[in-house]
Amino acid sequence: MYKYDEYDASIVAARVEEFRDQVQRRLAGHLTEDQFKPLRLMNGLYLQLHAYMLRVAVPYGTLDSRQMHMLAHIARKYDRGYGHFTTRQNLQYNWIKLEDAPDILAELATVEMHAIQTSGNCIRNISSDQFAGAAADEITDPRPWAELLRQWSSFHPEFSYLPRKFKIAVIASDSDRAAMRLHDIGIQIVRNDAGELGARIYAGGGMGRTPMIAHLIKDFVPFADFVSYLEACLRVYNRHGRRDNIYKARIKILIHALGAEEYARQVEEEFQAVKALGIDPPQAEFDRIAAYFAPPPFEADAVDTVDRSDPDFAVWLDQNVHAHKAPGYAVVTISLKPIGGIPGDASADQIDAMADLAQRYSFDELRVTHAQNIVLPHVRKADLYAVWTALREAGLAEANLDLISDIIACPGLDYCSLANARSIPLAQKISERFGDPARQRDLGELKLKISGCINACGHHHAGHIGILGVDRKGTENYQLLLGGSGAEDVSLADITGPGFSEDGVVDAIERATDVYVRERTPGERFVDTYRRIGMAPFKEAIYG
Amino acid sequence: MKLLTGNDLPTGDVVWWTGEGWSRHVAEAADVGDKGDLIAATEAAARRVNVPYVIDAEATPEGPRPAHIKDRIRALGPTVRTDLTLKPADPQAGSWVI
Amino acid sequence: MVEFLRYRDDEAHDEPAVTLDSFFGQSNATAVRIESGEDARALLPYLDRIALVEVSFPSFRDGRGYSTARILREAGYQGELRAQGDVLVDQIPLMRRCGFDSFAPNAPIDEATLEAALNRYDFRYQAAADPIVPVWKLRHG
Repeated sequence: MYKYDEYDASIVAARVEEFRDQVQRRLAGHLTEDQFKPLRLMNGLYLQLHAYMLRVAVPYGTLDSRQMHMLAHIARKYDRGYGHFTTRQNLQYNWIKLEDAPDILAELATVEMHAIQTSGNCIRNISSDQFAGAAADEITDPRPWAELLRQWSSFHPEFSYLPRKFKIAVIASDSDRAAMRLHDIGIQIVRNDAGELGARIYAGGGMGRTPMIAHLIKDFVPFADFVSYLEACLRVYNRHGRRDNIYKARIKILIHALGAEEYARQVEEEFQAVKALGIDPPQAEFDRIAAYFAPPPFEADAVDTVDRSDPDFAVWLDQNVHAHKAPGYAVVTISLKPIGGIPGDASADQIDAMADLAQRYSFDELRVTHAQNIVLPHVRKADLYAVWTALREAGLAEANLDLISDIIACPGLDYCSLANARSIPLAQKISERFGDPARQRDLGELKLKISGCINACGHHHAGHIGILGVDRKGTENYQLLLGGSGAEDVSLADITGPGFSEDGVVDAIERATDVYVRERTPGERFVDTYRRIGMAPFKEAIYG
Repeated sequence: MKLLTGNDLPTGDVVWWTGEGWSRHVAEAADVGDKGDLIAATEAAARRVNVPYVIDAEATPEGPRPAHIKDRIRALGPTVRTDLTLKPADPQAGSWVI
Repeated sequence: MVEFLRYRDDEAHDEPAVTLDSFFGQSNATAVRIESGEDARALLPYLDRIALVEVSFPSFRDGRGYSTARILREAGYQGELRAQGDVLVDQIPLMRRCGFDSFAPNAPIDEATLEAALNRYDFRYQAAADPIVPVWKLRHG
């Protein structure tokens, strides 16, 4: 993975001191909260319901054991012994003191981490495929492109006060594990007819109160034009994105208003101007970055079979382990969704345990997934049983990846000042209702996603089953949605009808899954059946 | 009744105006009547509180109970981690919130 | 505390800036003010006769002026480029990078804080409208 050189280290160190100075000025009264807020947000520091919250960037979801141990250390020393992995592959702490924040950043900097641009109206942490560098189906590792964008977007002088936040995802396979087309800009690295790698650019996707799927705006941008092209995309947005209404300020609204073709035309025009500036890094810079992502030294003769004699292990193997591109290796996903637990939360001890496993069994690499799980990307098949045994001891061996209890949930009203309803207790009830392993597996792949407000951090629009918490006259109420997907079969979910109480929505989900079990044809997932038979039978069962 | 609440600037702790200063405990909160905005402005300017705001609450024998669930969660702590609330030893504390 | 900052060696331009509309109707104006949201490219045919462009920042959150500045500098504009309005000390380093070389903030700026902010970073990742050499170029010569 990427390692800082003197330049990266100097920039991140300067940022720590800059933020320390800003915090001191706020505490001394030289900055009002109104002036300080965008400064702290651009460093991932929110004021939430109980305390400040710090969101630490995990660039493109990749980290090593040293960084993971640091996250555990910070959880113990400055927070309350745990962290929450987010839907943008980051980690957030819920109990941070403003006066400690500069010291935390200084500690993070010692392991090449930071909180730069994890919030604010700027280009956010670049997200990517959690299986990058390991996936059997990728055409290249997308992370060098993502790292290039991390550098380009960090403290970009022109794009630090955009109309609204800006999220970019980069993938390099036809399978989309990063909800790429639900980003402001989604990038798929592809090969052109000449065999060269380049970027296919989608723009104008997003969730929030007006969900939209990104449009293809450019089929192929060669590396030589990559930064210029994105600079042009952002400049058109910065100049013409709406600033009169915060709810209409995302790029998706601009592109919807202009039409994707007109937006693409304006970007092309801007690109002609920008391209002349010489702002594109040379191929040598790409090669320098890419060298850090060279495959680890896989053993050529690693055993390619797994002993499945332990039935519990075999279940986990079938559910949480994916094919690796190297023979004899596998990709392990650690579920942070124990039945009845808090989706995405991990204790400091668990974070340490996962770090130790990565160091011992996965070439020192971990990934965070947008579904709030952790990946050990490069595990020898011969080590899978040992990994599973260790995970079981740490309470991390839930065999429910992509099943109904592998729920994405935002922090909701238990923590978040924007939320209208709690998400976590609902996730707990659903996972308990469907907790029986055989029943979950019978329901098959079923992506259930819960947001506690229309900002949609819990990706409810992209859930096979989505739930949106709303505030109905001071009472929590939950709307049910069906048929969304954030994967390569991207679609936006439809609302079933009137909302429910917390218990009512759990019952409604059960009625919907009953319809699926009754109507499914062999091999059909829940979302496939929904697409085939439509809303009506579900609605009838749910509202009867 | 009306309560004035906000967060402590350096720590972020949830605080309640007691009539004389700021407390971590909503039970000590005072009815600010129509003076909330005035106190808020003075206290925020002096950085004794951050982002203060006035809320509705109900007077109960156990003390003030904020009208909105959001402020009750702020007053107690997350309903899903009672160990992290202000009443970690009371497993029923959450019922006050709901 | 300072109320006006200028990073140029030439004489300050004292002609009041006119609006974009009046600029087009006034063939001898040499100072023009661009409101946030107005198109800087409309000025490109006239750059060689302009000595001052004042770009308004109605709110520090409104970042359109950063693009305005870069567009003018990229087109070769050499005159004074002034950021006027809700300009805060932590933004001036970014504005300098986009090509602004004078500042008329609504509220006075603390010089020591500004000095520290301007000297904070030894390296920058991207090329912009200032002469700073981006890190990728330093890496590869």
